Amino acid sequence: MAVRAQFENSNEVGVFAKLTNAYCLVCVGGSENFYSVFEAELSDVIPVVHTTIAGCRIIGRMTVGNRNGLLVPSTTNDQELQHIRNSLPDSVKIERVEERLSALGNVITCNDYVALVHPDLDRETEEILADVLKVEVFRQTVSDNVLVGSYAALSNQGGLVHPKTTIEDQDELSSLLQVPLVAGTVNRGSDVVGAGMVVNDWIAFAGMDTTSTELSVIESVFKLGDAPQGAVTTAMRDSLIDSMT
Amino acid sequence: MEYLPEGDTVSFTQGNILCCQCGVPIQPNPANMCVACLRTQVDITEGIPKQGVLHFCRNCERYLQPPNQWVACALESRELLTLCLKKLKAPLTKVHLIDAGFVWTEPHSKRIKLKLTIQKEVMNGAILQQVFVVEFVVSNQMCEDCHRVEAKDYWKAVVQVRQKTSHKKTMFYLEQLILKYKAHTNTLSIKEVSDGIDFFYATKQDAKKFVDFLQAVVPCRYKTSEKLLSHDVKSNTYNYKSTFSVEIVPVCKDNIVCLPPKLAQQLGNLNQICVCLRVSTTVHIIDPSTLQIADVTAPMFWRTPFQSLCEPRQLTEYMVLEVEPIRHHERVHVAGEGAKSQKHLLADVWVARSSDLGMNDNQYHCRTHLGHLLKAGDLVQGFDLSNANVNNDFLNKMKADRLPDVVLVKKVFDKSKRHRRRNWKLKRLARELETMDTDSTDRDYSEFLEDLEEDPLYRKDVNIYRDTEKFAVESDTEDDGAPRISLQEMLEDLHISEDATGAEGAEMMTE
Repeated sequence: MAVRAQFENSNEVGVFAKLTNAYCLVCVGGSENFYSVFEAELSDVIPVVHTTIAGCRIIGRMTVGNRNGLLVPSTTNDQELQHIRNSLPDSVKIERVEERLSALGNVITCNDYVALVHPDLDRETEEILADVLKVEVFRQTVSDNVLVGSYAALSNQGGLVHPKTTIEDQDELSSLLQVPLVAGTVNRGSDVVGAGMVVNDWIAFAGMDTTSTELSVIESVFKLGDAPQGAVTTAMRDSLIDSMT
Repeated sequence: MEYLPEGDTVSFTQGNILCCQCGVPIQPNPANMCVACLRTQVDITEGIPKQGVLHFCRNCERYLQPPNQWVACALESRELLTLCLKKLKAPLTKVHLIDAGFVWTEPHSKRIKLKLTIQKEVMNGAILQQVFVVEFVVSNQMCEDCHRVEAKDYWKAVVQVRQKTSHKKTMFYLEQLILKYKAHTNTLSIKEVSDGIDFFYATKQDAKKFVDFLQAVVPCRYKTSEKLLSHDVKSNTYNYKSTFSVEIVPVCKDNIVCLPPKLAQQLGNLNQICVCLRVSTTVHIIDPSTLQIADVTAPMFWRTPFQSLCEPRQLTEYMVLEVEPIRHHERVHVAGEGAKSQKHLLADVWVARSSDLGMNDNQYHCRTHLGHLLKAGDLVQGFDLSNANVNNDFLNKMKADRLPDVVLVKKVFDKSKRHRRRNWKLKRLARELETMDTDSTDRDYSEFLEDLEEDPLYRKDVNIYRDTEKFAVESDTEDDGAPRISLQEMLEDLHISEDATGAEGAEMMTE
């Protein structure tokens, strides 16, 4: 399922939220509208946590995480770190990293198994990343953009990359990630797909401007279609066609 | 090291993405939208008017180029395109104009359609190109010039050139100067009135320029007057008609003048009775009894004005009986005398009236500057001062013993023969004639032509054209010594009888 959301008139959902299979971080806004959208969809399953990073609201761009862990930049307060530790499940390891490229969300994109990172990222950060998030790390670019976190959105089911990514690049990346990739856009033609949406294995949130075409691309590549419907269109399809003929 | 072989480079194929609006697979572009969807989203022709108005004057068939210029341009011409695009200039600065052209419209439809191709950058760097048509409606508006013509109010300034003489020699000379220097190019019309010519101008500057020209070529003075036609107190503008009244010195070539005593003294102790040799930028006078010459400039003349004593037609014809040149050492020299003419020869001449020949034996003695021309038996024109009744203050005050009996002015040649032999002509100004005094003006004009033949200095500033209709009747056998103009001094007139289309072309010069 894919849902549209908007943070204080901004469509860049991926900037203000971080979504994984085990938790969801949402920034503190003037109103609770943005938070409520996440709360409504996720509160039964995973914790949705209000937080800031170093007093900033752009938590989606500053942090990187998956089911296994969460990395926050060195600028994070002790207080914020403590709050996040208290709110997240015990299985999630939280680690502060000393990294020059402190906007971790922009330079790293990952699912529960693989991570693509900025080619200039510190060796040390890469090791921490592999240890904490339990992922295989690849230094890559997405259509010649080093900010892989901004220009790609990943889940365990699939990935959406920058619209200008060539077929060859897509093939290479999907062979590394072992998930299908598709080039696409969010927010009515915006190419910063990582910042324009957040996704996990069963739900995606995209900006309010995202068109239905874009949503349907997102739903199909991340396999977010409702299971019964999916069954009708995939598993039951052949038999249905058989019986009708 | 080796160069990489050409084929090794990896070829990149750009994948398709779905248009974010309609889901059609497209190549990724900066807007990530298909062209059709982009069109629905943005209109790059926004703000460019699709209709306009062109003002057109039906009388002179010109278009208004704002703010107040009127230009003539043909349909579908480059000029008209420029004019139309200028109308759209402000909105077109925001886009990139690729192409512009006309869409054919019926010539009488009063519609001009312009097809424009424009480009504009929209939505983070996508460049959109669009073709659209702008329709101009041609609306009639009379231009200011035509309006004035319709209102019979087409001139703003007039130059009234006047010479208060019965003979128009200076006027004819002036006409030739105007033609030579093309001083009449800006005139709206030229009207001949009694005693002179009126030149009409659209602007005061043109008239002033013409007055400056007149002042440079003939001795004259002028007065300016203005007539208020209308005024606008709010914008403080005034609409005037200006009149320049130019008065030319009323002395012509071959006039006999009586100088004021003061002026005669100033000019080098001349005798008061003088002959005007010619009028160019100054009045050139000669004292026939001493050969002294002097130039009277316009300011000098207007300080101490003088009149001519007689008209040319009052001159009497004399027969020369005897000529006795006076040698240089025999001449009387007076104190403070000025320059003397080297071109003339002082002579004592005995003459008798042509009309008296065979009647009586009256002889007159006179001293003349025409010694180089005269020989016994010649005919000469002179003024009979002893029998004349002249109203002239200066002449009346002169002592009788200082007055010559006869003043000779010029030698007479056979008029009809000269006229027949004349193989040249002058151009004339195209002008409206008001006075129908053709008989006397014809005579005056032919005398002017004779003067030109006689004086090379006089014709220096005149364009003389060869008259191809008159073949030179070379009759050297009957050469009477009358002066003629050599072929070298004549110009070939430009005459275009056929134009490029092969049809009879219009006459280039109006005479």
